[in-house]
Amino acid sequence: MAKLIRTRIDIEGRISEELALVEEPRTTAWDVEEELNVVGKPIPRIDGDQRVSGGARFPSDIQLPGMLHAKFLRSPHPHARVLRVDTSRAEKLPGVRAVISRNNAPTTEWRNSQPIFGDSVRYAGDEVAAVAADNIAIARQAVKLIQVQYEPLTFVLDPEAALRPDAVKLYPNGNLLDGKPDEYARGDVEKAFKQADVIVEGVFETPTQMHNSLETHGSVVTWEGDQLTIYDSTQYIHGVRDRVADWFGLPKNKVRVIKQFMGGGFGSKGSAGKYTVVAALLAKRTGRPVRLFLDRTEENLAAGHRSLSRQYLKIGAKRDGTLVAMELTGYQPLGAYASWGASVGGPMRELYDCKNVRTREYLALTNAGSFAPFRAPGYVEGMFALEVLMDELAVKLQVDPLELRIKNYARRAPISKLPFSSNGLLDAYQEGARAIGWERRGTVGYGRRTVPGGPIRRGIGMASQIWSGAGGPPSYAQVKIHPDASVTVITGTQDIGTGTKTILAQIAAEELGLPLKSIRVEIGDTQWGLYSQISAGSMTAASVGPAVREAAADAKAQLLKVASQFLRVRRKGLTLRDGILRGEKRGKPVETPLADVMGELGDVMIVGHGSRAPNPSNVEIHTFGAQFAEIEVDVETGVVRVVKIVASHDVGRVLNPLTLSSQIEGGVIQGLGFALMEQQLTDANTGAVVNPNLEGYRIPTMLDIPEIEVRMIDRADVRINNLGAKGAGEPPIIPTAPAIVNAVRDAIGISFHQLPLTPDRVLDALEKAEKNAI
Amino acid sequence: MTDTLIYGPGRTAIKLQINGQEYLLDVLPIQTLAEILRNQLGLTGTKVVCGMGDCGACTVLLDGKPVYACLQLAIDCQGRAITTIEGLARDGELHPVQQAFIAEDAFQCGYCTSGQVLTLVAFLADHPDADAGAIRQAVAGNLCRCGAYPKIVRAGLRARQLTFNSKQ
Repeated sequence: MAKLIRTRIDIEGRISEELALVEEPRTTAWDVEEELNVVGKPIPRIDGDQRVSGGARFPSDIQLPGMLHAKFLRSPHPHARVLRVDTSRAEKLPGVRAVISRNNAPTTEWRNSQPIFGDSVRYAGDEVAAVAADNIAIARQAVKLIQVQYEPLTFVLDPEAALRPDAVKLYPNGNLLDGKPDEYARGDVEKAFKQADVIVEGVFETPTQMHNSLETHGSVVTWEGDQLTIYDSTQYIHGVRDRVADWFGLPKNKVRVIKQFMGGGFGSKGSAGKYTVVAALLAKRTGRPVRLFLDRTEENLAAGHRSLSRQYLKIGAKRDGTLVAMELTGYQPLGAYASWGASVGGPMRELYDCKNVRTREYLALTNAGSFAPFRAPGYVEGMFALEVLMDELAVKLQVDPLELRIKNYARRAPISKLPFSSNGLLDAYQEGARAIGWERRGTVGYGRRTVPGGPIRRGIGMASQIWSGAGGPPSYAQVKIHPDASVTVITGTQDIGTGTKTILAQIAAEELGLPLKSIRVEIGDTQWGLYSQISAGSMTAASVGPAVREAAADAKAQLLKVASQFLRVRRKGLTLRDGILRGEKRGKPVETPLADVMGELGDVMIVGHGSRAPNPSNVEIHTFGAQFAEIEVDVETGVVRVVKIVASHDVGRVLNPLTLSSQIEGGVIQGLGFALMEQQLTDANTGAVVNPNLEGYRIPTMLDIPEIEVRMIDRADVRINNLGAKGAGEPPIIPTAPAIVNAVRDAIGISFHQLPLTPDRVLDALEKAEKNAI
Repeated sequence: MTDTLIYGPGRTAIKLQINGQEYLLDVLPIQTLAEILRNQLGLTGTKVVCGMGDCGACTVLLDGKPVYACLQLAIDCQGRAITTIEGLARDGELHPVQQAFIAEDAFQCGYCTSGQVLTLVAFLADHPDADAGAIRQAVAGNLCRCGAYPKIVRAGLRARQLTFNSKQ
């Protein structure tokens, strides 16, 4: 019997309570020591052949008969009133099939009480109108023919400036999101700072980081009567369905969202976009399918970003290294249309055992493109500040930075005081330290030249990681066993590039006792009618995986019952392994291939159902890890070269070490980009982004990549779900930047508070240090 | 030669040889090879990511050499052998570089994969003994946002040992 439960969901650091319908579980977690046949093996992706052969159809590849191409007109002004929009010349251009603007679009709210096309524009790139035409060249030309009269307004970009009383207001209620800062406090911070022997403090700044998914945001939509079908490059097919259905006032069963493959998302593709509903409006008006995908420039203006942060931190400690007080005040500009923002205070609140902690975070609405979650939002920025300042504390106390962290290790969750379901942080420290050769630190570090007289300085640094990754209900799955003993696993999840299909096939194969190659996995289509969680917040494996195992267990139970009746063997003792049924008949062993039995059964079909059971409420579930970096600084050019990163992470049971190591390497590489090169730049005079492309916005290339050694703390967390697995997508990006910056300090004795750590910043700091020395 | 002819301004009939087959096409002189492959021929394995030669995702082979299809006019490709990702397999068997990409998990989302694979196919054909450093240099113009780089190098190294009809 299914029952309704209330469950705590932690997505991207935001905790909420949700209702979920769950069934009585059939399975319990595989034991830590249990020998598994398929799960935990380095199995190549089951859809690899599609991805290497051009056979994978991404949403941007979809072409439908009669399809039109659509394009937005965007504001060149960061803030302006829109006085007049004249689309008449665009409408007359041959090949133009529809033009939509505030003159003829619905005024239904889209975001922040604003319609799709409003009376004001609030960032350079804001949507003003859209055109659908026979091809994209005509659509581009038509957009240029739309005449708009703007009344430019003062604009504000800086988060602290936006909160001053005299700042221009983006909305009548002011620029502070929710009208108040987000505050947290435990203990007595003021008193504790007075009792501290040592205090370190600093102002930290992190850059605006762009997701720059290689496939841009976009949708291809088509109406068949009142049924709307959407091919969307999304991390959440059910989220897109719900948003579009709500906006159009359609029942959910009339909106179908399909996404078989996607070219990256990294958090930015968690809902429907304006492009989705505008494509649907244009398709409705023209009676033709419409494709609306952003181009690379638009992707850099209007598809979200990791907001820059300014963080004021202060840490107080006893002479023996015990942390007594920590305080953070953070500012982030969220852009014009954000409804929530990331919390940079998370690491300070959660990582260390410190009794007195206060965080206060101001999220400001500004005249820029909007915030969208980017892989471990807030924690990447917050961990940078916290872990760099922790190293400065270690310097001041003259203790080993790793020892300082171990000393302040939290045995229980610092906020809730609950025990952790499992915690591999100390193991990650130990593994990582061994792999990097932490003991060499004193011999390669500050002041010691690698080549005597040469410009290269070498250093080693490290940083910690904490993140959620629990996953949870609701998520549902079906497992169907066909008459030829082939199997279809069905869920409503989606693969954002992590290898979801493969791990789900592994889980089903393991539970069923059938070969991996007999299993097909169907995901990425709301038509299956099986809700699954968003593929963000390191949610997918630990949310959907357990539901698949439940469904497989249900199917197997039915199958064994049928087989025992058919073969006239006792149900008890009947097993299925490697596709062979084994049992006992009148004291004699019986062995039959499952395919033979199923073949005899005709068109009998077995359908197993499964749902994700709730998480235990008496423990805190987190992922943990540490990264160690070895770097070289060229003190003549200021170039920082990362030589090696050791990434040591505890994500519970490893389901597939091959795809997991890909995820970890990818996280490290994005963290390296954040540390050394990535930064969106906006002209303070015009409010325009100056590098909205892959030429001016630098992401890591093959030649920027260090040796990356992945060390997994592969231990099943048997208390949390029937797999013992936690999420792994976000943890590996979190500690990379502070590990690199701490290694740079080890090399040249300078601690950097501003990212990215570009050569000019390094040279400036070296010059200043030299002057101070004189 | 084709460069002595004047095309346009309207549509022009051209012949292209793609993956060993001849196509008679009606194109505008300003249309890129990437656009023709994707929109007219449905060969969508060629991806357009930046449209300005920054990322390498649209890489195809022109007479065996990698070119950016987003910067290549279709009319300039007449009389030349064009190979796209769809044309690499032989008799239903994947090219050794494709096999190596699967075995080493040298992709995550897969959007840059066509370009990476084709660049390596061309490079390894000329440098069958390339080491890791040379492979890195060869694909340095192909961006990957998921960060599959370490495994792309491993796939390149592995592919050297593979030939058609010798799956590992």
